[in-house]
Amino acid sequence: MEKFTKHSSTAIPLAIENVDTDQIIPARFLKATDKESFGDNVFRDWRFHKDGSVNQNFILNDSRYSGTILIAKNNFGCGSSREHAAWALSAYGFKVIVSSFFADIFKDNALNNGILPVTVSKEYLDFLLQEVVKNPQTVVEVDLENQSIQIKEHEVVEMFEINPYKKLCLLNGYDDIDYLLSQKEKIKNYEIHNNV
Amino acid sequence: MGKTLFDKVWDAHVVDTLEGGPSILYIDKHLIHEVTSPQAFSELEQRNIPVARPDKIIATADHNTPTVDQHLPVKDVLSRKQLKQLTENCKKNNITLYGLGHKYNGIVHVMTPELGITQPGMTIVCGDSHTSTHGAFGSIAFGIGTTQVAQVFASQCLLLTKPKKLRVHVNGKLKKGVLPKDVILYIISKLGTNSGTGYFCEYAGNIFEEMSMEGRMTVCNMSIEMGARGGMIAPDQTTFDYVKGKPFAPKGADLDQRIAYWKTLKTDEDAVFDQEYYFDAEDIEPMITYGTNPGMGIKITDSIPESDDSSFEKALNYMNFTKGEFLLDKPIDYVFIGSCTNSRIEDFRVAAHYIKGKEKAKNVTAWLVPGSQQVAKQISEEGLDRIFEAAGFELRQPGCSACLAMNDDKIPEGAYCVSTSNRNFEGRQGQGARTILASPLVAAATAVAGKIVNVTEEITSLEAVV
Ligand code: SF4
Repeated sequence: MEKFTKHSSTAIPLAIENVDTDQIIPARFLKATDKESFGDNVFRDWRFHKDGSVNQNFILNDSRYSGTILIAKNNFGCGSSREHAAWALSAYGFKVIVSSFFADIFKDNALNNGILPVTVSKEYLDFLLQEVVKNPQTVVEVDLENQSIQIKEHEVVEMFEINPYKKLCLLNGYDDIDYLLSQKEKIKNYEIHNNV
Repeated sequence: MGKTLFDKVWDAHVVDTLEGGPSILYIDKHLIHEVTSPQAFSELEQRNIPVARPDKIIATADHNTPTVDQHLPVKDVLSRKQLKQLTENCKKNNITLYGLGHKYNGIVHVMTPELGITQPGMTIVCGDSHTSTHGAFGSIAFGIGTTQVAQVFASQCLLLTKPKKLRVHVNGKLKKGVLPKDVILYIISKLGTNSGTGYFCEYAGNIFEEMSMEGRMTVCNMSIEMGARGGMIAPDQTTFDYVKGKPFAPKGADLDQRIAYWKTLKTDEDAVFDQEYYFDAEDIEPMITYGTNPGMGIKITDSIPESDDSSFEKALNYMNFTKGEFLLDKPIDYVFIGSCTNSRIEDFRVAAHYIKGKEKAKNVTAWLVPGSQQVAKQISEEGLDRIFEAAGFELRQPGCSACLAMNDDKIPEGAYCVSTSNRNFEGRQGQGARTILASPLVAAATAVAGKIVNVTEEITSLEAVV
């Protein structure tokens, strides 16, 4: 996994609540057996009309907005535990997702795939969305070490929480498998002790 | 301080806890299927890591499988490829696979309990959020992402932060025609779809104690729909009786010893929960959903609530419903009785009991999809298939089917489907499909009437089954 320390980019304001995993990646696209091909179908049914034409009203198709930070409203990633949602967002190029609330499993899945879910207060989220909508050139800066997010050169800095272990993993670019394999002895002992 | 059921099972599986961080939790059973496992196998292969404990993994094919002509090669190329990959991966890694056509094949959350693979006090994971189903046995069971599937492959463990504890009590007496599905839809309609986030939920009260294992599985299945990682119900005599005699259940002295241990898996009197909710069983009625998340549920006789929230309006728009509208008498196009929520034998018994001697309405296409080969077998052994056939219902072969419409079982755009599954998300049952979640009884009644009807008015004769 790539190391994650700081990230800054313009952002895409997805002002929708309860974005569920079936919207992020509709089930009919889950048949791929690799991770990379999912980016093409992220938000598929919002990006395209049924006849395949581009839905100009959807924010990802609005040429004014671009960037690797996605700002969504409350309860992002609800629904299924399928990691495909995180892969699709990552393959599309998102590095950071900002919301006032993330569904549990989605949060873990994002972190495991090098996407940083940043949980901010509702007030800050509204402020951020407003600024980005108003000015698509707004640059948002995320600092993982400090656990802070802010609009570039803006005085308001919002702090966010992250599990210390996950933070360490992201900062160092290693993952849970690396860690678990380093604990093999302890796991063996557990198996022997519990006769499993 | 006393321990909860969750604490007891959790503590028994902690290998180690990191300072200020997650615990290493040992996993007893790892269930896999074709959709969420291929990337995990590739990951291991790329990193040259062997599967640590293939003997603790059970595989099935369910999400993608056709529900007709299962003896023929799967037509859809991508589905076929996924199934083939599962077969190869299992073979290469010595993993037991109950693939398409096997007598044990079925939806992962239906076939493992009925084989006795699911047992009280276990930790069970699967790359599928409805793994919460297995909590009905008093096990810690939850869905994981594919990265975590790879973790369990590599180490038989998971790194996890202990969730908070929630308890939902339902006490009293259920009205006639109110099924376990109604109980859980009611709870979710009251608590919303993210009240459980960060929590593991225990269900307590006489309503759950009196439920069959099938009913408990229906309830625990939908724990995830209120955001909880999982749900559990303390094991009791009903649980032991269910497990006993199943093909992979412990036997003889071993079983006695296990039962003695399972009996200790109860929340202590003085245990403390982070959150508790109390409901009266008398207040629950047959439920239906009107929106695009499982929390948008109402009593079947109620009208759609009023709200000016934009997500709410978007949902109604998608469903083509209006605020204040009653759904009774609404014509319906499809009825789906199936999915890991309601595709067990009990569900088909309820449906058959209602349908017997009646006929399906002409305007409805009614699909019945058993959760497993074993359920399918039981349906025919009990003669339920003849009842369904006589009434004009279509009994198909086991699998996830129209629950997520990854195979050909799709609800057409704009059509209304009363479904016993667990999710009414936009497009879940097919692009533009409009899903109304309900119990198997409501679904059966809808299919017969061709529209949504109030079952409670006519079910006095159903006492025997509900
Ligand atoms: S039946 Fe539906 S919810 Fe259950 S495992 Fe299959 S797809 Fe998932």
